[in-house]
Amino acid sequence: MRTETSYRHEIPGGAAWSSPVRAGRLVTFTAQGPDANLTTLLLGADRLDRLNVPDTLKAQMSARITAPMVLMSDRGLALASVTASSLDWHDALTGIGHEQHLTRFGPSSYGVDRNDWRRSARTGLVSELNKHGLGEADLHGPVNFFTKVGITEDAKCSFGFVTGHSGAGDSVTLRTEQDVLVVCAATQHPLNPGPYAPAAVLVEVSLAPPTELAGPDDPSVQFRPESARALEQTRKAFL
Amino acid sequence: MTLTPTTVTTPTGPPAAAVFDRVVEAGDGILLTVPSGGRLRIVDLHGNQAVDTLFYDAADIGHRYSAFDTIREQGAVYLTTGSRLISNRLAELAVITEDTCGRHDTIGGACAQESNVIRYGEHTRHLHACRQTFLAYGAAAGIGQRELGHNINFFMNVPVTAAGDLKFDDGLSAPGKYVEVTASRDLLVLISNCPQLNNPCNGWNPTAVQLLGWW
Ligand SMILES: [Zn+2]
Repeated sequence: MRTETSYRHEIPGGAAWSSPVRAGRLVTFTAQGPDANLTTLLLGADRLDRLNVPDTLKAQMSARITAPMVLMSDRGLALASVTASSLDWHDALTGIGHEQHLTRFGPSSYGVDRNDWRRSARTGLVSELNKHGLGEADLHGPVNFFTKVGITEDAKCSFGFVTGHSGAGDSVTLRTEQDVLVVCAATQHPLNPGPYAPAAVLVEVSLAPPTELAGPDDPSVQFRPESARALEQTRKAFL
Repeated sequence: MTLTPTTVTTPTGPPAAAVFDRVVEAGDGILLTVPSGGRLRIVDLHGNQAVDTLFYDAADIGHRYSAFDTIREQGAVYLTTGSRLISNRLAELAVITEDTCGRHDTIGGACAQESNVIRYGEHTRHLHACRQTFLAYGAAAGIGQRELGHNINFFMNVPVTAAGDLKFDDGLSAPGKYVEVTASRDLLVLISNCPQLNNPCNGWNPTAVQLLGWW
């Protein structure tokens, strides 16, 4: 009889990670240092349908990700619900960091730096996608957990990185609404003006207790009619 | 219907006839090639018409417009004159070189049958939607579901607030307003002239737009 119903894994700062996570699991990310940034992609059960940030934001009238929002796919399904968050803002507007963003820290290579070799979120995410038969074409607008950009209501809607928005111990929990592939990189945000110091992120995956599933009183179901309809479409797709 | 004249006066030269002049009817789409240095003007003939647009490197459809790379690199959410349209490989695909509307959206995505169901209910599932148009016109170039990134909505107004709220609002556009992009390399441009009837992005009445090209 299996007694282990959870596991923990620490993604080192600068590293990428991916794993399939079955429906009905809780995935908690916890920052292990200041100004963590976890650039996260989500793919649905068929590994073709993927997180659609524009649809997620416009359906829930939000420019940020926080609890109890539902993360929605290209095909209008709920991939996961944000069931808890110590932060009221996770960025979804500023995309994926590139190798070019690391040049300000000077040259880096495996030959010189060994496993401290600085790699971008993009490099790590594409590498992880390739492990699952996917690739660059499957990159999509990510959620940058633990990151906030402060918005100015000027003519262009300018923004800037908010230093100190998150710290060690800040956490966010997703409840998977279908079998998903989680692909993420714990890389320094490209707009973070500080010295190179990407924080590690702890991942904990556990079975969601039955009381935590999306029943009628669930906060994500109650959040907005749009959130409830996305969850209902997932129920129908996997009946 | 009054069309905008097909000549243009530029600061650097005399009026020149457009080599490309096409009306895209309400709810229709188009896939066209714009050569490097070419200028493509999109004219909102009747006002408040969202024009959902994707750009691809004509030599490689894996190299495509990236909304969130574009936003991050310019440090601002709205697109207007001077905005560099950045690819998923951090290259410049095009630049917005003229804009009489003043603000365009790139975080609102494209409407789809499925997202219409989420936003408006099951009764909207079989209404025509931009994602359908993208897939129909993109197929000729091999552009399928995996190649659809997050698009630009020219003439669409999606205000974002400091508190982190977002909404679809009445357009700032008006009849005859236009936006012009100059290609930084040979481009495929995939356009859906949005058929959305359920929000104010098309003024509740989708209408035709005109494309003019100089190259
Ligand atoms: Zn549309």
